Amino acid sequence: MTTSLLSLRGISKSYGQIHANRDIDLDVAPCSIHAILGENGAGKSTLMKLIYGVEQPDAGTATWKGEPLALASPAEARRKGIGMVFQHFSLFETLTVVENIRLVVPRDKSDLADRIRMLGRDFGLEVDPLAHVHALSVGERQRVEIIRCLMTEPQLLILDEPTSVLPPQSVDKLFETLRRLRDSGVSILFISHKLEEIRAVCDRATILRSGRITGRIDPRDHDAHDLARMMIGRDMPQPMPALAHSGGEKRLEIVGLDHRPDDPFAVALSDVSLTVRAGEILGIAGISGNGQSELAALISGETVLPRQQSNLIYMMGKDVGALDAAARRRLGFAFVPEERLGRGAVPEMSLILNSLLTAHPFGLLKRGLVDTNQVKAFTEDCIRQYDVRTPGSEAEAGALSGGNLQKFIVGREIMLSPQLLFVAQPTWGVDIGAASAIRRRLVALRNEGMAILVISEELEELFELCDSIQVIHQGRLSPPLVTRDTRPEEIGRYMIGAHSTAKKVPA
Amino acid sequence: MSALSAPLRPVLVRREHASLPVKLIAPPVALALATLLNLGLYLLMGRDPVAVFHAMLLEPFLSWASFSEVLLKTGPLLLIAQGLAIGFRAKVFNIGAEGQFILGAIFASAIPIWFPEATGQWIWPSMLVIGALGGALWASFTAFWRVKLNANEILVSLMLALVAAQLLNYLLLGPWKDPNGFNFPQSVMFQSDAMVPILIPGTRVNVSLLIACALSLAAWVFMQRSFAGFKLQVGGLAPRAAGYAGFNEGRAIWLSLLIGGFAAGLAGAAEVAGPLGQLQRSISTGYGYAAIIVAYLGGLHPVGIAFSALLMAALYIGGDNAMVSANLPVAAVRVFQGSLLLAYLVAIAFVRYRFEWRHAAHGSSP
Repeated sequence: MTTSLLSLRGISKSYGQIHANRDIDLDVAPCSIHAILGENGAGKSTLMKLIYGVEQPDAGTATWKGEPLALASPAEARRKGIGMVFQHFSLFETLTVVENIRLVVPRDKSDLADRIRMLGRDFGLEVDPLAHVHALSVGERQRVEIIRCLMTEPQLLILDEPTSVLPPQSVDKLFETLRRLRDSGVSILFISHKLEEIRAVCDRATILRSGRITGRIDPRDHDAHDLARMMIGRDMPQPMPALAHSGGEKRLEIVGLDHRPDDPFAVALSDVSLTVRAGEILGIAGISGNGQSELAALISGETVLPRQQSNLIYMMGKDVGALDAAARRRLGFAFVPEERLGRGAVPEMSLILNSLLTAHPFGLLKRGLVDTNQVKAFTEDCIRQYDVRTPGSEAEAGALSGGNLQKFIVGREIMLSPQLLFVAQPTWGVDIGAASAIRRRLVALRNEGMAILVISEELEELFELCDSIQVIHQGRLSPPLVTRDTRPEEIGRYMIGAHSTAKKVPA
Repeated sequence: MSALSAPLRPVLVRREHASLPVKLIAPPVALALATLLNLGLYLLMGRDPVAVFHAMLLEPFLSWASFSEVLLKTGPLLLIAQGLAIGFRAKVFNIGAEGQFILGAIFASAIPIWFPEATGQWIWPSMLVIGALGGALWASFTAFWRVKLNANEILVSLMLALVAAQLLNYLLLGPWKDPNGFNFPQSVMFQSDAMVPILIPGTRVNVSLLIACALSLAAWVFMQRSFAGFKLQVGGLAPRAAGYAGFNEGRAIWLSLLIGGFAAGLAGAAEVAGPLGQLQRSISTGYGYAAIIVAYLGGLHPVGIAFSALLMAALYIGGDNAMVSANLPVAAVRVFQGSLLLAYLVAIAFVRYRFEWRHAAHGSSP
């Protein structure tokens, strides 16, 4: 066996009571695409941060090409030849591509532009060096991040969930890039929890579960089912079958809504129309930043339409455009927002008080005072029913992991038994087991006649959940596509706007 | 280079939970720090720090006469701070309680000044009520501009405090000047029915201290038990969560400022109807500003504020003592108050953060 490029032995890292990584041994071979597979909270990101020197391990050693490696700082990692592309990009939007890269690689501008073009040609990372970053698509921005890493000629490139932000078409292109990079001698550490992807591109996989390594395999020899079992430690639950339904009454209807937000950086919505009926799940697909958050705020009532704009948004048959969030909730509307901390929950407050946030009209108050026993009972019910892992109902919301807090918020909103439930990113950051429990619950509620609207960036999820899907692109909404008769590629074309210019949808 | 050779450096790390022990210990630690700092300062000024310490921090508690004066000063501080704390927890920063206090005093004085012959036990309660309304009215200007134009409430309330001081000057130099007052800027002396009854015979402590205690209890119920108080706290801690739940931001601003103004106005009324017995320029002694320190030092919690109000009142009395016995300048009390707040703000940072000793990463970029 050849010497490994990077070897870790006995790496451990704890945050207080939580053991993020325990006794990790990892070997990355030269010229390999190596997957780190695990659920959210399994310790993947922590491990990568340790390798890149963002955090320091409590115990363990590392070697790089046989030499001891101090996991001291990102600067040190870069000097050795380790590069990392984070999930969230760190580019200055008002600068051009070449200016952004120049911040890291101080060199002559035209030299640099040539080199960007050359890397683009060699690795399929085409991007205009003189374009401003704000004008680039997410896929292009990711390419810029990768190019910036490649400038320092790394031998190991770490990519943290690189596909989570990409439409399907761009994913294939990224994989092509990764293969070319591997063939030119760069090893890649690829973090993901998407099993099919890992099978498609990786030649090694290390599986993490609750901070420990539970498997080292060649993913090409195993099917997705096997991988999932290794990842969550048991069999995947079956999805809930959706009952056929006959169109119920309209619970949410938006008719030709145009909206230009005050914030100049927000996306303007134009001619948005959608209908959600009782007993139906409508999904909204799209790459983030195409108007989802603006649309969500308009539906939830966090953005209220000016009074003169009437008859645009209907809930349970009432014109609600000018009603605030509380008034809409009184009509039987519940909402799980995309951001949990600071919006769906108050981080500094206990789960008990966080129940009060939206559940207060449900018998939790007595003459304006908080009925402590009732609120506590409600909270504990929610914790039990939705398997929220927490030391107790007194725990602060900010102390819960993202997935557990999501379970709590989803649970709280479902317990309001709304007529119309709106969930943005239902399973973001939730582990596979809990995610499938949430999806089953949503389908069950649909079968019972609830109207549900889901915004998600994960196409697989939308395909599993929804009766029909509409795609948002640059503030415009595609016509509804019946999920059964639609292929992901078609949704993908709408996601990148290949459809919207081709045909104008009649109102 | 090995990571182990790098020097250890303290780094501020966010705690997972707010630390209750630190929260409780922060005020006494801040007091100790501020005391040490100021004693050092007195030493530099050539005063005897032990004598100052004795006069300032011990004497107020050593005799009944001075302790009753401490209680007298506790009343307005307690009232104003409880009102302000409610707003501060909603992150509505009413800095102009001094102005609302002055307006409370002016409104309350209107009754005995316009009806000097009136008699009956209805006078002093109506003065308190009208004074409280006056304070609320003054605060409502700030609320209005904040909600309508998003004008910063810190600036508006602070500037309105200066306007209030000028209004007081105008009244005392003009229409409300006591014609038999040898041209002093003060009103007539109020009739006895315009005075809040004395609570403890032989002292100047009056019923308004009881009112302040009752309202403290009300503040506790409001903030810890009522849904309206909960909504205010959500607005302060996570404004987006308040928007998400549909809690109206404008209403929270109005409520916060009206409560603060009401309490400060009541305190102002109790001051003219209590120890002063007339409207004079000296009513404005900075209670409204000191109460900001009281509110924070008490952790913005009704129970904590009860203690910090007592402490701050003792500092006022002790400062007066020290001015006489240790020849300390007037500014010394202000300096002490300021350093107390500063020390507290530093100490309170450790409720959410702690020091962790880490090897410094060499931060040079390529």
